[in-house]
Amino acid sequence: MATAHVRPGRPATRRADLIGLGALLLAGALIAAIGMRLLTGSLAALATALLVAVVVGLVVIAVAGGPETRRRLAPYGLLKPGMLWLTLFYLVPLFTLLRTSLSTLPSRFAVDAEFDWNFGNYADAFTDFGAQFGRGFLYAAIATVLCIVIGYPLAYVIAFRGGRWRNVLLGLVVVPFFTSYLIRTIAWSSLLADSGPIVGTIDGLRLSGLFEAVGIMDNGRLINTPAAVIGGLTYNFLPFMILPIYVSLEKIDPALVDAAKDLYSTAGAAFRKVVLPLSIPGVFAGTLLTFIPAAGDFINAEYLGNPNTTMVGNSIQDQFLVQNNTPLASAMSFVLMAIIAVAVLGYTKLLGTEELS
Amino acid sequence: MSGPTSARGAAARWGLNVYAAIVLVYLFIPIAWIVWFSFNQPKGRYNIVWQDFTLDNWSAPFKNEGLTDAFVQSLKIAAISTALATVLGSMIAVALSRYSFRGSGGFNLFLVLPLTTPEIVLGSSLATLFLDWDVTRGFTTVVIAHIMFQVSFVALTVRARVRGFDWTLEQAAQDLGASPVRTFWKVTFPLILPGILAAALLSFALSIDDFIVTLFNAGSLSTFPLYINGSFRVQFPPQANVLATIILVASVSVLLIGVIRSSSRRPTSR
Repeated sequence: MATAHVRPGRPATRRADLIGLGALLLAGALIAAIGMRLLTGSLAALATALLVAVVVGLVVIAVAGGPETRRRLAPYGLLKPGMLWLTLFYLVPLFTLLRTSLSTLPSRFAVDAEFDWNFGNYADAFTDFGAQFGRGFLYAAIATVLCIVIGYPLAYVIAFRGGRWRNVLLGLVVVPFFTSYLIRTIAWSSLLADSGPIVGTIDGLRLSGLFEAVGIMDNGRLINTPAAVIGGLTYNFLPFMILPIYVSLEKIDPALVDAAKDLYSTAGAAFRKVVLPLSIPGVFAGTLLTFIPAAGDFINAEYLGNPNTTMVGNSIQDQFLVQNNTPLASAMSFVLMAIIAVAVLGYTKLLGTEELS
Repeated sequence: MSGPTSARGAAARWGLNVYAAIVLVYLFIPIAWIVWFSFNQPKGRYNIVWQDFTLDNWSAPFKNEGLTDAFVQSLKIAAISTALATVLGSMIAVALSRYSFRGSGGFNLFLVLPLTTPEIVLGSSLATLFLDWDVTRGFTTVVIAHIMFQVSFVALTVRARVRGFDWTLEQAAQDLGASPVRTFWKVTFPLILPGILAAALLSFALSIDDFIVTLFNAGSLSTFPLYINGSFRVQFPPQANVLATIILVASVSVLLIGVIRSSSRRPTSR
């Protein structure tokens, strides 16, 4: 240990930040190894002892070290509990998910799957549930586009014309989502029901022919159609689109738009050339926040759809919790995550946005 | 700008405003349904067709025992998980915004990942962990699961709120002789508290409403959303609407109090 230059005589470490980072990563690796059961028996006990030693050691260094050392170790100390929690209950489960997806159930009624590099689950996932994967992503994509179309103008009006009512209007966007997601969806199923007010209005206006022609209605019904599922997804994830778009629009200096107009730009051109490009980060974030949960959702398909509109989420839920086929469900979960990861990466490249977080 | 263009511009402006107003109304359609049907007197077990106006459901909101038990479980889970996640998440947020240090980019990314993972993957992967550990799924596992997604959420929300925070205030306090601990509790904490409370409120709402992650990790435990889903084949009692309305009114009131208090004395943080 080098002597501190701040207060000579007191032991301190010059590279406290490296120690902190190293200790945090080591603790994470240890907790992951224990969680994944890579270490068992006496090795696990040893690893636990080492983990405790790392924590105690850090505390000792922080207490004994000078103010400089303490300041440099502080962020790692603050990060530690939360990051270890995420390691153990987010990262490690992804590993056990992968492991389970490569396992086999010894019998139909067995609970514990045995790990044996069974790639057959992935083959089954694609052959048996290809349609559900396709529908899941298709419905989520349509819902995301609808969210942009519905949400962008509202975000724009709040950001540029909200004035002192901005926060109130923004609050109004958020308020509906403090009621239960499930009950909101049940509400839609009642509103869209055959005897419900919406079908009644459409019939009253004799517009059902038109709605059938564009594919929204099916045999005079709204409920249990693909359109109802997509509509439910759109409604439920709309605020996740509106809020990020609003945040990016709010940052735009109105003077920029005035400047464009001073330079003889029309209002439309000013929007296209100034406002829209500056709001792309918001649209980007909103798309991720809408598409990702929508692609894995199964509540809307369950309450608003029919057996032919099930999404991949319904299949995962059914295989995992009803059929007890955890390996197959895990394989589907993993494929879902992998496809989304690839899509997000591609989308990030396409829009070239750095502001992921 | 001259005649025709500005007339067209005004029409476009109005069109856009009307469109925005319609979207706002659309957002409230099912909410209106939920509140309205809490006053319904349904025939039979399903409260989905309008019959008669009644105040009975509101005078006996806890009449349905199964629903009430599930509601209480949800409140307990949300209280415990929110308290823990708020502490863990706020610590992360302070670390990330107060200090610049090695590896902060990596930690930032790691923090975002759980929020960009579909809930069904979070839920099913955590369930495979508990299966692997031979842990019986129930109250504790649900709390663990909720803390997991709340930590990221709290950390990102608090960090966003303290982004404009003037950290030199801490310097000033210490120059005046305050110890680091005293500086934190007397200067830093009161200033970042509104952000922390907002994050706690939102993550409480996330917990109480969570369905997908909870479903995979609840075992035989029933929470408010799980109970409604599980019993939907046989019943949908009006008390569900009453309780949902109570949650709505309670969270909006807390939100309003926060807005009123923060507008009466503006803190330095944005």
